[in-house]
Amino acid sequence: MANAERTQPVLTARGAGLVGCAECGHVYPLNTKACTVCGSRLVSRDAASLQRVWAWLFAGMVVYIPANVYPMLRTTTFGKTSESTIVGGVFELMEHGSYGIAFIVFFASVIIPVSKFIAIAYLAWRVQRGKPGTSSHFHLYEVVEFIGRWSMIDVFVVAILSALVQLNFVASIHPGIAAVSFALSVAFTMVSANSFDPRLIWDAPEGQKV
Amino acid sequence: MAYHTGMTDSLSDMIACPKCDALHRVPQVEMGEQARCVRCGTVLMAPREGAMTRIVMLSMTALILMVAAVFFPFLELSVQGLGRKSSVFDAVLAFSDGLMLPLSFAVAALIVVLPITRFLALIYVFAPMALGWAPAQHARSVFKLAEHIRPWAMAEVFIIGVAVALVKVAGLAQVTLGPAFWAFVGLVIITVLKDNFMCRVTVWQTLNARSPS
Repeated sequence: MANAERTQPVLTARGAGLVGCAECGHVYPLNTKACTVCGSRLVSRDAASLQRVWAWLFAGMVVYIPANVYPMLRTTTFGKTSESTIVGGVFELMEHGSYGIAFIVFFASVIIPVSKFIAIAYLAWRVQRGKPGTSSHFHLYEVVEFIGRWSMIDVFVVAILSALVQLNFVASIHPGIAAVSFALSVAFTMVSANSFDPRLIWDAPEGQKV
Repeated sequence: MAYHTGMTDSLSDMIACPKCDALHRVPQVEMGEQARCVRCGTVLMAPREGAMTRIVMLSMTALILMVAAVFFPFLELSVQGLGRKSSVFDAVLAFSDGLMLPLSFAVAALIVVLPITRFLALIYVFAPMALGWAPAQHARSVFKLAEHIRPWAMAEVFIIGVAVALVKVAGLAQVTLGPAFWAFVGLVIITVLKDNFMCRVTVWQTLNARSPS
């Protein structure tokens, strides 16, 4: 990829021989260990963070598989039990004619998680290849970090439905095992995105000082 | 170059963007205005008139609403003469049988425990300062905790989940919204308002300036 929209060179704290606190922004000489203002550990670039990012990301992807294969909801109406998976639930909503809600559920439980996997992997891969990023890469990171928690919607839907629909013989809804693995998948990818040190996105490789 | 280091500048006059490490001089920002990072646009400073008082007030309101939201009936379902009331507490217990017990704890943490912890933490940090006193003894570590909890406090996500669940049930039975539902909606609005008043770097600057060292 060509750097079509290369940003203006900016003096970074590292470029000036300083280290900035990732929590509160205060700057110190490069070898300072801890921030005196907020007590955070000072690291100019948390390169080890990439390992954590990959580890949590893979964990998130692995548990996302059972989340889609196993049933999310077990509905019993008049003695008949039916099970529905995440995608099955979306189709059910569409049959009822609630296209808007079907779209929200599909967006929150399929599109967001999958695009998060791709986006985090892409950003981490770029950093490892030493490609300096632009503001659009940073905005991608911001979006991923912001949107992750909204995937929990489906877990809450299952919780509310199971609590509400308990009418003995007439109708009852129970959570399926996929709810657990889906919740884990969302949590793991959130940890993965939170471990990413966004300052790495901007850096040029060594020797090509900006 | 956005900035030239000179021998006359002291480190406390500078600030590094927490998101992209760009170095800035600590800007002089008027009340109600914002200073953004030149490179990535992250808000660096955003002082607001009476921000601390408002954060404390909103957190207290949110706490009261949360108590109401947890214990009053949340939704009521009725079909063919059968009725069932459920509270937020029931939603938490939905996963309480067998293997899914840990998920019950997780849901409780995400929608009740972590939001409450965050409100209490913010009151602890800002109430003394809003009254013009020095920050509380552990204000720094408590504020750091509040910031770490932030992505995990999911009250607003829960509300959207309720909306989706209502549509799913609507065909099957009649659903009535209980008082707790409205308390929860109020809670979400207040949380969003409160977070708009807070700028992390500004808070740290203030905490630093007001602490007796």
